[in-house]
Amino acid sequence: MSDHQVQRLRVTFGIGQHVKYISHLDLMRAWERALRRARVGVAYSEGFNPRPKLVFAAALPVGFTASAEVVDILLEQPTDLQRFAVAVEAQLPVGLELVSVTEVPTASPSLPSQVTAAEYRVLIETKEPPERIQALLDRLLASDTLLRVRQRPQGAKQYDLRPLVHRLWLIGPQEEGVAVGMLLQASAQGTGRPDEVMAELDMADAVRGIERVSLKFAASG
Amino acid sequence: MIVSQKALDRFLPNVTMPARYAGGEWNAVHKDWSQIAVKVALAYPDVYEVGMSNLGLAILYELLNQQPDVVAERVYAPWMDMEMAMRRTGTAAFSLESRHNLCDFDIIGFSLQYELNYSNVLTLLDLAGIPLHAAQRGAEWPLIIAGGSGAYNPEPMADFFDLFVVGEGEEVLLELVNLYKDWGGVSDTDSLRKDAFLRRAASIEGIYVPSLYHIDYKPDGTIQQIMPRGTDTPLPVRKRLVSQLPSAPVRPVVPFVKAIHDRAAVEIMRGCTRGCRFCQAGMIYRPVRERPLSAVLQIAGQLLENTGYEEIGLVSLSSTDHTCIEAMVRELSQRYQEQRVSISLPSLRTDAFSVELAQIIQRTRKSGLTFAPEAGSERLRSVINKGVTAADLLQTAEAAYASGWLRIKLYFMIGLPTETMEDVLAIADLVKAVRSIGLRFHGKRAQVNISVSTFIPKPHTTFQWLPLADAEEIAERQRALRRELPRHGVHLSWSDASRTWLEAALSRGDRRLGEVVLRAWELGARFDAWDEAYQPQVWQQAFEKSQIDPAFYAYRKRPVDEVLPWNLIDVGVESAFLWDEYQRSLRGEPSQDCRQGCLDCGLRTAFELQQCPQLAIPDQA
Repeated sequence: MSDHQVQRLRVTFGIGQHVKYISHLDLMRAWERALRRARVGVAYSEGFNPRPKLVFAAALPVGFTASAEVVDILLEQPTDLQRFAVAVEAQLPVGLELVSVTEVPTASPSLPSQVTAAEYRVLIETKEPPERIQALLDRLLASDTLLRVRQRPQGAKQYDLRPLVHRLWLIGPQEEGVAVGMLLQASAQGTGRPDEVMAELDMADAVRGIERVSLKFAASG
Repeated sequence: MIVSQKALDRFLPNVTMPARYAGGEWNAVHKDWSQIAVKVALAYPDVYEVGMSNLGLAILYELLNQQPDVVAERVYAPWMDMEMAMRRTGTAAFSLESRHNLCDFDIIGFSLQYELNYSNVLTLLDLAGIPLHAAQRGAEWPLIIAGGSGAYNPEPMADFFDLFVVGEGEEVLLELVNLYKDWGGVSDTDSLRKDAFLRRAASIEGIYVPSLYHIDYKPDGTIQQIMPRGTDTPLPVRKRLVSQLPSAPVRPVVPFVKAIHDRAAVEIMRGCTRGCRFCQAGMIYRPVRERPLSAVLQIAGQLLENTGYEEIGLVSLSSTDHTCIEAMVRELSQRYQEQRVSISLPSLRTDAFSVELAQIIQRTRKSGLTFAPEAGSERLRSVINKGVTAADLLQTAEAAYASGWLRIKLYFMIGLPTETMEDVLAIADLVKAVRSIGLRFHGKRAQVNISVSTFIPKPHTTFQWLPLADAEEIAERQRALRRELPRHGVHLSWSDASRTWLEAALSRGDRRLGEVVLRAWELGARFDAWDEAYQPQVWQQAFEKSQIDPAFYAYRKRPVDEVLPWNLIDVGVESAFLWDEYQRSLRGEPSQDCRQGCLDCGLRTAFELQQCPQLAIPDQA
């Protein structure tokens, strides 16, 4: 009901090794059920098939881990943040980790519309020295265009990956290779994927793990 | 041996739905193996989403894990791409919880619910490095056992299992586990010791040990005699009945992946009193035991608290027959409506679905309602003892459409005994009548979905002696029905003819089919229940190579005095009763619901039942 004093909570959470293979729909379901178990008073949509009011910032591809995914949760009643956090944390499956809970104005713009970019950390297994990897990164950054084709259900679509790569850098040596960092555009104007960047570097087969470190939001957030 | 995360990460990203194999679900039980006396792997030989919908394994999982020194973990059949990846990387079949190699378990229990899953059993054994034939396995191998509806005719799979659990598993499985504990378990290569163990196990009621029986065949291929080895070997083996309906699981594993049945399931009743003549479940799961209303409410509450599911399923063979069903649905609806928890009643009787019930469920309704009139004409419905009249169906359709449902699903069968073309075309009349009711309430939005499958005679039923209907005749009837059905507002689905003969042969097969199953599997048979995986030619080849004609099992009418392979299993219902019902069916005479009065099927005597059926008392909340 619109005259309820509703509350909008912005939850930041991690997706660890144990749950990295679940799909976005699976994740939504897991959150819905955890929230039901926690009995924190999530608000529901009206109509034939009421759904809990959860809005995720951006879907995470299957297989990726994440440190700071974001979801907005609408509550029917205003709730103490600490109480909410404790109740929810107790119900999260291993692998889903609560990082923070803040309150945002209910009239804030929709969360997904505020996403502008995403930072990734890619683990590569390689015997190549870091300098060689750096050279490959530099070469990609030096290109003007990186034309690629994406297969869509509606048909193949050509796009330019280069402008979607905002930053690309070598993080440093790892156990079996190196870690590469990248900041990629994520918006209605185009979304870059880390696996596509790795394919452009001819290192797709060397990828051992991809982590979404954080999402970037428009200033108003 | 444990499969590491790192090893899995190498290929899981490249298979379909990797979450099937990742585990980590809410309520999954992880125990310290060093504290465990008996490790049991519960295996469902189909993909994760199907296996996770099986209530039987959920019951056993919770039951076994409640024992402090026993652990139960789950394993499901790997899809073909996963099997390939596992073979390529040398990854053994592993359990979801601890990722232990299946071979590390003491007992591996398979749930056999569908004949077309049989090939997947062999995949799991093979991927665990376990010899497929029971005869090849000494005491150093895990005990390989099976239960479920397939255990009621265990013969086609008798080669592969050390023993079968026939009937309700709750008590007998614990008895078996305790026997195993007392026996000192494995690490003993003396095969005589394993034989002695199996002999001891065979003395537990409900346990069938195939190696203790020898089958003699007549020249015509039928069974001459089933010979027990040893004086102590029971023949027949009686199914196990639990003395009281045990407590239901209240902390089931909640999958991340969407399971076929994605809800909190409460088993409200076991057995069915209708006595439909085609139905195996009705015969093998009787007597009826209803769960009291108060127990159902309590279980539902605990389930929702422990799982967070958004739907409760009131599960049984015929839920609307439960004495307290209306009060149950009303109470649950009242309690959980605010939490937006919906209630589903999966098995609806057309003649017991009231307007009241419709109105209660519709408050939190989801998709469509399903009913199973099964036959198009009254005459044929009487033959198969499906006591539903056309008036019942139309009244029900009215109640459903009036309460807001847009879609009604109807199940029918063709190839039923004494069926004529007239009976088949009567299906179209019924469907048109239902549709016109829908049109009245919802105009063009009203939908009738019908599913027409081919009747397959099953063991332990009234029609167990009958042949499968001729394939050409079935095809002709399907064509005729398709022509008669309206093209708009009616959606039609058929069962696949290329699989019907196989299911028919396997379900009423004998021990000699073990060779065929193995051959088919070696030739690449996998997931035969799935359209995208089934290869009929592989099975045809397997039958040919084994020089066995599947028609012998599927298309042959059997005389009443023939020794049937499943005669060695006693479900409590007498053969004479089934034969009598068969004669009645030929005369078109229905039989009453045994709630109305006992028909003397034999169960009462066989199990010395004080109360049959065992009903919940109404008005006790």
